[in-house]
Amino acid sequence: MKMQEKNISANNFEQCIKCTVCTVYCPVVPVNPLYPGPKQAGPDGERLRLKKGLFFDNTLKYCLNCKRCEVACPSGVRIGDIIQSARIKYNTEPPKLRDMILASTDLMGSVVTKVAPVANFALGLKPTKVVMDAVLKVDKHRTFPKYTSKTFESWFKKNVMSFQDTFKHHVSYFHGCYVNYNYPQLGKDLVSVMNALGYGVHLLDKEKCCGTALIANCMIDKAKKNAAQNIESIRKSVYERQMPVIGASSSCNFTIRDEYPHLLGIDNSDVRDYIELATRFIYRLIDEGKVKLVFKKDYKAKIAYHTPCHMEKLGWGIFSTELIRMIPGVELTILDSNCCGIAGTYGFKKENYEVAQAIGKPLFDQIARLKPDFVACDCETCKWQIEMSTEKEVKNPISILAEALDLVATSEANK
Amino acid sequence: MQVYAAWKAANVKPLKLSKTMRFDTIIIGGGLAGLVCGIKLQKAGKKCAIVSAGQSAMHFSSGTFDLLGRLPDGTPVEAPLAAAASLPAAHPYTILGTEKVKKYAEEAVSFLQDCGIRISGSAERNSWRVTPTGERKPAWLTIGDFTPLASKDEKIGNKALIVNILGYLDFNTKFLADSFEKQGTECRITAIKLDEMERLRKNPSEMRATNIARVMDRDGIWEKAAEQIKAMINNEDVVVLPAVFGLKDASVVEKLREAIGIKTMFIATMPPSVPGIRSQMTLKSEFEKAGGRFFLGDTVVDAEKTEDGRIKNIGTLNFGDIRLEADNFVLATGSFFSKGMIATPDKVYEPVFGIDLSYPEGRDQWFDRNFWNRQNYISFGAKTDETMNAYIEGRKVENLYVIGSLIGGCNALYEGCGGGTAIITALAAADRVLEN
Repeated sequence: MKMQEKNISANNFEQCIKCTVCTVYCPVVPVNPLYPGPKQAGPDGERLRLKKGLFFDNTLKYCLNCKRCEVACPSGVRIGDIIQSARIKYNTEPPKLRDMILASTDLMGSVVTKVAPVANFALGLKPTKVVMDAVLKVDKHRTFPKYTSKTFESWFKKNVMSFQDTFKHHVSYFHGCYVNYNYPQLGKDLVSVMNALGYGVHLLDKEKCCGTALIANCMIDKAKKNAAQNIESIRKSVYERQMPVIGASSSCNFTIRDEYPHLLGIDNSDVRDYIELATRFIYRLIDEGKVKLVFKKDYKAKIAYHTPCHMEKLGWGIFSTELIRMIPGVELTILDSNCCGIAGTYGFKKENYEVAQAIGKPLFDQIARLKPDFVACDCETCKWQIEMSTEKEVKNPISILAEALDLVATSEANK
Repeated sequence: MQVYAAWKAANVKPLKLSKTMRFDTIIIGGGLAGLVCGIKLQKAGKKCAIVSAGQSAMHFSSGTFDLLGRLPDGTPVEAPLAAAASLPAAHPYTILGTEKVKKYAEEAVSFLQDCGIRISGSAERNSWRVTPTGERKPAWLTIGDFTPLASKDEKIGNKALIVNILGYLDFNTKFLADSFEKQGTECRITAIKLDEMERLRKNPSEMRATNIARVMDRDGIWEKAAEQIKAMINNEDVVVLPAVFGLKDASVVEKLREAIGIKTMFIATMPPSVPGIRSQMTLKSEFEKAGGRFFLGDTVVDAEKTEDGRIKNIGTLNFGDIRLEADNFVLATGSFFSKGMIATPDKVYEPVFGIDLSYPEGRDQWFDRNFWNRQNYISFGAKTDETMNAYIEGRKVENLYVIGSLIGGCNALYEGCGGGTAIITALAAADRVLEN
């Protein structure tokens, strides 16, 4: 029989059987009729684009890159990757100044932290918001995350780095731009928790922005450069220092593990298993009986856990939720799987503001109905979005652990 | 680098990380069979996980579950339980035995109702459903949205008002009218137009059942639809609508029925299926409420066996180096669509464990060149026996069970027995796991 036995195409494109399941789970489709939907933008459009690139449709920029289509696809088609790859390959519009500013989280961070009090004050002012809205098209409803005047790295080097070598075991920490420039507290929490478990925490040789926002804004050259540098630093940690790399941001983790090989063509196969979320790492240690957690006796909290889209794709929500469940005195509800709408820089853009809020509405409504003490979530941009759109504070599971653990007793137990 | 030097001097060994996560039973496949089995086990106190590579065929549900509609020789079946006795030896119903099929068919009704899915129907006698193209097919259990017909040629009413939503392409009003007219029902086709729906129409390819339902389900919108429909009724005694209501909550369907005020029949649409997705979500949340863990969008890549041939653990894409370990494994990965089985030019195989499948040698035996004829490949599937265990290289695997459409010996499409096979084998396998 004559037949072509092997069809090799990128992102399992040929496996699509047009079943429409992806369209059911796309958070953008129900709220933005300009977006052609994952099936049309993904495999259907790809057929045409393979013929001729001029079939590329600029409305693909409305894709959040949340990967919910991929999680839903019964045929293993990497729909989100097809869409993002098409944007990378065919998009001819250079990124706008606004997009470059939003996407350059590390550059912006290193500049702004130097003048943080002024910048925070200015970014919070109504006239600034109006100007940014009008000139840069950054939506005026957005509250910019506050910049810290002291980066996490400088705090780390000054305060805790000196005694990290005294621990029995060691890990490297990929903190990400958010922890470094906006919210060092999460990094501090991670160091306290890991130290209490008997693990020294170390910075990578050189850490660059993971590139999530660069990819979303089609700044691919920069993303590739960062990715190559990060993988080199991770290899150094894994091979030379024998330290696995942990992080507390689901999107940084997801990008380094999956987007590097799939979208940027950066091979990470040799170290991929050594990059993981801190909650997953801690779960393993507990499961093997290697560490003991001693909790405060009086800790009580009603917590609602939101699974970020990239966490959904990683399939690792279970590690964070199982850890939270271990805390006595916690009442945990897992919120319905629903995108919060921000998708990193997406929701900051003026043209996306309304759509972003509409996408997140079912989630905000559910939080309002449940009335938890606070929301738990492993993603920093979900945190901004939920805190802006509900009355609830959002805490990373690592910060919750830091709060709930009796750190002194835990340190003793793990000596 | 100083740090590194310090450690190297101290001869620090790489970390050995824990590489397992333990459950009592792991079910691979999160469709109807996998969920039913998982819910039953979880409710019986077992710690279960379901690993599901994407969403399931419930998303294309016809709104009914079938038990047996036709014998392999083509004889139509009116009384499925009685007819099950005359099925060939390889059929999963024959393998289980008629007593068990009867027992589990009865259990299925209360089981699904306890999960919160409104269904009606009897295994003693088939009812009939209207397909999206106006055909009539036998049905066992019917989801509450739909109106089961007592006979194949039941007249739905004297005059029917068939109402579409303007711009919606997956509801074939003309086909339906033609088929109702055969029974003497006079039909009038019309459509409602809602301002809230006009936004969806900007993107006709995305004006699908689920997106319509998301708009319709909002308070105030379905009321508007009901008002428009009521105003359109002249002297009709039945209203026919597409099943695009109640994606999350079936109560919208009942409220709409009440508001319209006369007999209202909902007809299944082209995929995606709103009542099917709602049922899937209901079962999934029932499983999770009972404490089960559902891993969506993950794929099992390999399995490790013990020396005596039992399954020890499985590896998945997302769990990476962490292996999922359990006492028992249930394979509910479905047929070809969901890659439960994969066909190459010369063989058919099951990709997770490589379990034994039955299918004829020679590719010309696999299919009929006439697309509309009975296709043999639909009946390919796993070998099993009354224990529901799978076989690998002719050897029974004591802690591996196989359920649902992965089981061979029946042609679900031709015989109309897919729903029954899924639910009945799932309940049976759950009992086997609990017995052992």
